[in-house]
Amino acid sequence: MKISFETVEYVAGLARLNLSEKEKEMMVVSMSGILEYMDKLNSLDTEGVKPLEHVEPMSNVFRKDVVAESFDRDSILANAPDKEEGAFRVPKIVE
Amino acid sequence: MNYEVVIGLEIHVELATKSKIFCGCTTKFGGEINTHCCPICTSMPGTLPVMNERVVEFAAKAGLAMNCEIANFSKMDRKNYFYPDLPKAYQISQFDLPICKGGYVDIEIEGKTKRIGITRIHMEEDAGKLLHDQWEKGSLVDYNRCGVPLIEIVSEPDMRSPEEARAYAEKVRLILQYTGVSDCKMQEGSLRADVNLSLRPIGQKKFGTRTEMKNLNSFRAILRAAESEIQRQSRVLDEGGVITQETRRWDDDEGKSYAMRNKEEAHDYRYFPEPDLVPIELTDETINKYRESLPELSHERVKRYIHKLGIPEYDASLITASVKTADFFDDTVNSGADPKTASNWIMGNLMRLMKEVNTEDIPFGGEMLHELIGLIEKGAISNNIAKTVFAEMFRTGKTPLEIVKEKGLEVVSDAGELGQIVDKIISANSKSVEDYLGGKQKAIGFLMGQVMKETKGKANPPMVNKLLRDKLELLK
Repeated sequence: MKISFETVEYVAGLARLNLSEKEKEMMVVSMSGILEYMDKLNSLDTEGVKPLEHVEPMSNVFRKDVVAESFDRDSILANAPDKEEGAFRVPKIVE
Repeated sequence: MNYEVVIGLEIHVELATKSKIFCGCTTKFGGEINTHCCPICTSMPGTLPVMNERVVEFAAKAGLAMNCEIANFSKMDRKNYFYPDLPKAYQISQFDLPICKGGYVDIEIEGKTKRIGITRIHMEEDAGKLLHDQWEKGSLVDYNRCGVPLIEIVSEPDMRSPEEARAYAEKVRLILQYTGVSDCKMQEGSLRADVNLSLRPIGQKKFGTRTEMKNLNSFRAILRAAESEIQRQSRVLDEGGVITQETRRWDDDEGKSYAMRNKEEAHDYRYFPEPDLVPIELTDETINKYRESLPELSHERVKRYIHKLGIPEYDASLITASVKTADFFDDTVNSGADPKTASNWIMGNLMRLMKEVNTEDIPFGGEMLHELIGLIEKGAISNNIAKTVFAEMFRTGKTPLEIVKEKGLEVVSDAGELGQIVDKIISANSKSVEDYLGGKQKAIGFLMGQVMKETKGKANPPMVNKLLRDKLELLK
């Protein structure tokens, strides 16, 4: 399956990626390659094969519902690019 | 034109776990901003989530209480979107294999039972909170709520009026409270609903285009938002317009909704399996264990109250309308109180007091009401005084006996003391005395009242009655 230039732009938009025209052209090629490989997989007969839901052959890894101490606020905010009054500050969000 | 309304609800409920879904931070409400946080719930690079086992148990129990099928195999997925309340830029949720599917809830509407289908219930994490407006230069973010466990209950589009939508939301809340998986405190935002609503000409099979109103945090808001959206959509359709599928924000103060800036790609969440969490497998044995441990639900209690305790249906449905009053009633009866007396106290005095201060919490146990009823039955306090004591118990949480002692509210049953008061009243009210002696039996009621007034309601009524009659007899 070949991917269109528009689809690359759409997906880049969803991922908030700012791609140059040249990069978009490159993406058309490499993403099409990935999808072609998927087509190859699709050509296999998978009748009666259970879908793989997770790569690890494990299930049910749980923790008990026990409260642990949280971090102090200063260390939580230590790497914040911007902060104010104990809060992270981000560019103004308008709904 | 007349339209039929079609409503479906998505209800988000905070689960009553102690710790967050993927880390040990507390889920306690409030707290200074960003103090219930750790590297996991603030999504620091290199951290890994681990599922809280109680979240799975609570989600499964909620599903069982709503007649769902519980999945033997389910998994978590990533829902991708960019918004600063979500520091990972994805929310861990469930996509194609939710923990519960295909249930239903019965609601009572205009005296009839209607069944509302449940499509699915899935587990997910809550996001943080944006503190808008205060800051000109930017928005501030508090991640205390980030990672608090939620379940999302998705209904079928089975509701046909705003009243049905409200009744359904109220019923879901009641079921969850009885099941003990959530306290559903509306004022703390622990139950929020999204209303999906469309109109179609009466008789048409195909659904109309729907809009979604997000984050309604009261039953009243659900009702009003739905009513307002019906009006808006009818107006558009009547004028020959078309409804745009969009998300709208309800402003409860203004009583109006606004289209949110409509990014077409906003609903393309690009779900994929969460590689950091392994699947959840529940055996039939585990599911049955959960089923057996479900507490008695409201409709089961109503039945028991009517058939086993002989409580009228009206009383039973009123008491079970909140799990708090139902539990309190059970406690009172279990400590030995007569069921009807207990229910009268709860429906009369307790519910009035709870309403006055707008609370759902009762500051003492049912055994305290049993003690109070005991004091009345023993004749230690009058019924009227008991009401005062009860209000004081509600205010202070003190025991009835403590309050009666502190305030000197015991009934005066001392014949000598009461006799003196009766004499005083008789000599001060010669008109009523003459009326009584002249054959007007009613006059004794007035004299009784005067004695009670003199003793501030503490006189033993049968004793005063007897003293009055005896003394008046002597005057004949």
